[in-house]
Amino acid sequence: MNRISTLLTGVMLAFSNSAIATTAAERSDLNLRPGVSDISLEVYDLHMLMFWICVVIGVLVFGVMFYSMVMHRKSTGAKPANFHENVKVEVLWTIIPFVILIAMAWPAATTLIAMEDTSEADVTILVTGSQWKWHYKYQDNPDVEFFSLLATQQEQINNKFTKGENYLLEVDRPLVIPTGKKVRFLITSDDVIHSWWVPDFAIKKDANPGFINEAWTNVNEPGIYRGQCAELCGKDHGFMPIVVIAKGPAEYSTWLQEQETAAIRANEEEQRLLAMNMSMDELMTQGKKVYDTACVACHQANGGGLPPMFPALKGSKIAMEKQNIPVHIDYIINGKNNMPAFGKQLTMSEIAAVVTYERNAWGNNTGDMVQAKDVNLMINGK
Amino acid sequence: MSTETVNEAHDSDDGHDAHHEHHIPKGLLRWLFTTNHKDIGTLYLWFAFIMFLIGGAMAMVIRAELFQPGLQIVDPHFFNQMTTVHGLIMVFGAVMPAFTGLANWLVPMMIGAPDMALPRMNNWSFWILPFAFLILLSSLFMDGGGPAFGWTFYAPLSTQYSGDSTALFVFSVHIMGISSIMGAINVVVTILNMRAPGMTYMKMPLFVWTWLITAFLLIAVMPVLAGAVTMVLTDKFFGTSFFDAAGGGDPVMFQHIFWFFGHPEVYIMILPAFGIISAIVPTFSRKKLFGYASMVYATASIALLSFIVWAHHMFTTGMPVAAEMFFMFATMLISVPTGVKVFNWVATMWRGSLTFEVPMMFAIAFIVLFTIGGLSGLMLAITPADFQYHDTYFVVAHFHYVLVTGAVFSIMAAVYYWLPKWTGKMFDITLGKWHFWCSLISVNLLFFPMHFVGLAGMPRRIPDYALQFADINKWVSIGGFAFGLSQLIFLVLIIKACRKIGEPVSDQVWEGAEGLEWEIPSPAPYHTFETPPFIK
Repeated sequence: MNRISTLLTGVMLAFSNSAIATTAAERSDLNLRPGVSDISLEVYDLHMLMFWICVVIGVLVFGVMFYSMVMHRKSTGAKPANFHENVKVEVLWTIIPFVILIAMAWPAATTLIAMEDTSEADVTILVTGSQWKWHYKYQDNPDVEFFSLLATQQEQINNKFTKGENYLLEVDRPLVIPTGKKVRFLITSDDVIHSWWVPDFAIKKDANPGFINEAWTNVNEPGIYRGQCAELCGKDHGFMPIVVIAKGPAEYSTWLQEQETAAIRANEEEQRLLAMNMSMDELMTQGKKVYDTACVACHQANGGGLPPMFPALKGSKIAMEKQNIPVHIDYIINGKNNMPAFGKQLTMSEIAAVVTYERNAWGNNTGDMVQAKDVNLMINGK
Repeated sequence: MSTETVNEAHDSDDGHDAHHEHHIPKGLLRWLFTTNHKDIGTLYLWFAFIMFLIGGAMAMVIRAELFQPGLQIVDPHFFNQMTTVHGLIMVFGAVMPAFTGLANWLVPMMIGAPDMALPRMNNWSFWILPFAFLILLSSLFMDGGGPAFGWTFYAPLSTQYSGDSTALFVFSVHIMGISSIMGAINVVVTILNMRAPGMTYMKMPLFVWTWLITAFLLIAVMPVLAGAVTMVLTDKFFGTSFFDAAGGGDPVMFQHIFWFFGHPEVYIMILPAFGIISAIVPTFSRKKLFGYASMVYATASIALLSFIVWAHHMFTTGMPVAAEMFFMFATMLISVPTGVKVFNWVATMWRGSLTFEVPMMFAIAFIVLFTIGGLSGLMLAITPADFQYHDTYFVVAHFHYVLVTGAVFSIMAAVYYWLPKWTGKMFDITLGKWHFWCSLISVNLLFFPMHFVGLAGMPRRIPDYALQFADINKWVSIGGFAFGLSQLIFLVLIIKACRKIGEPVSDQVWEGAEGLEWEIPSPAPYHTFETPPFIK
């Protein structure tokens, strides 16, 4: 199949003057990826089979037509023949395509049945889409769960910084799965429909709110595999990538253990923060960090928002008036209109910091400070 | 195509049909009050062309943003409005009205009828359209912007997560639907009741046949679309939960309802094209269409099959494997009657006496490029492979091949073919050839490379993309701008034709053209077949 990729590359060089740096089998910029599971290879072969059948049909049909266009021109003295309607020919050109279709349908059906068999999985991961991030939860290790957000800087997107190699295809916390094990994904959504797509696994499955879809893979090679949300899910649909790291089973276990320990430690840290007060400087520094990952896409770096869909925070009543502090915290925890809920994604100290930041940045200068325990009161106090 | 037509017809036939012409107002009011099928056909065609240019301008915005990676020109929310409204305008504002315009002009002339059966409804079905699109376009200027959920308006993005302009979107789609249904009823009633004596069903030109079947499809599925938008409206504003799992509904049910409309809709936009190509190819091959009867049966089979394949748009939604198999096999089956059509056109050209006038150039381009779109459609039918293709630029390439180089090219072929009959003058052939070659080259530069970025993994409906897609997107954008500009050549050509600049043509216009419309004078008089012809 390498020859095919090379051929396609040759065709496309006419269009593209850039060097195509990847090895053809790994990742082509012009063709489907063979991928890294047995299923994805089957899908790739099916794709190439279909492609070549279509090419042959095209060459035959267009060949006959172009022959006619050259040989049967009035200008070269061609006289029109008078034949029409021939039952034999018409039956033939109905039957032959039908036979070709059966030849295609057979391998397609076999692969499809294998793809949809999610039974007897070794590892199960719950994948939840929301605007505009993914959340992963290891069902067999319930302490391990995390959000996975776009890691590309806003400045790269706005053309202020040079774009990195994995522009728009990098996340802060990638999903990690073991190689050589059947990994099952349970896929759902918290808001609109998203679609979880990793081309190297030949998985694309919609995340439907209120319903759970299943998919599975068994990855043959360790590596980093990148994908994107495939279903239009609102403003930042183009900015919610997927990154999966496949590790050998031993390495995977180590990683999983580290995550469990880290989760426990983070919980303790949260409890500690609840008992103390952070200074204004600490809150502002931490708050800006949170703002730049969670809020900036809609409310913008200058707090001006993109009204009216995404209101300004700068000078807003909610962010300025003292009696609105609980409302302000509530919107972040539970969401409001177009704004998603961040209660699950951010820790209490992070929410406290970002509220403080929004009340004191861009000339809002209210001097208000919100501490983690205030947020705790909102969440657990009522 | 212009006021002159009626005046000339009026002058020359004054004594004969004075009672018809007596109350015809002049100027704008004439167009507002007209019940004449030719006038209404002209209105539809101009409307479609204007919408084609507006929808095209939105495509230019999309391609300008995608020229380079990074956000340069528009913000993602506006980008989504552009893809949404571009799709709606091209489907409901350009392609469908253009075919209705052609039906208005041609169906009565082809079956020997004096006019459409329901002329006043005909006026009404056209004149509500501009309001529908005025509402849709004005929503772009609302607070919060216009619809931004894709032309497929999947719930819950279009219900809980959309802006207030959704109401305007719903009302405008309702009006478009009413217009389409009225137009379709008119076509059906005209064809069933007003054929000239001797014009049996199996003697009707294929354009009439394909439009008859299209009209039935329209009547069957436009109410389904109306139901879908109404449910979106009540889910959004009146607290129902058709598509909200929290209230016992199902967002995937929206997709089933939408595509039960949407797939027959695809054939609504291509069956009349088959009729057009089946008229043009025999004319310039100087040879009878190879298999008339099999063409009729193939059209009917495609129409019937179109009702049982809708879920091939939804393979990734998580259907049971048995359903996926059913929709895969049913979809593959459609390629059989479609193949019959292509084979028929090629067999018609075989050992003909071919010439390559502008309509024939467009028809041949249609056959090749539509077939490419059909073949990529066959690839998309294969469910396991579709998991990879779905919602990528491969799909964008596929449906633009069938809709732009398919439906739109056939409309252009039709305009070039029948324009001399309408105006009585040959169009500017040099401009026509320029238009053809510029369009052909640019449209392939625009859509062919999309197959490759799609396969390489670029999702559709994104305003920004990873760096490995940059080179191809640049060329695609250049192709897009060139294709857009090429249409201005067409605009100039049409304006010249409407101003009656050109050589006078004979009644038959094209050597080898057959059918009733080529037996009446050129330009076609304001009223034709007031006494029905007799078909042997």
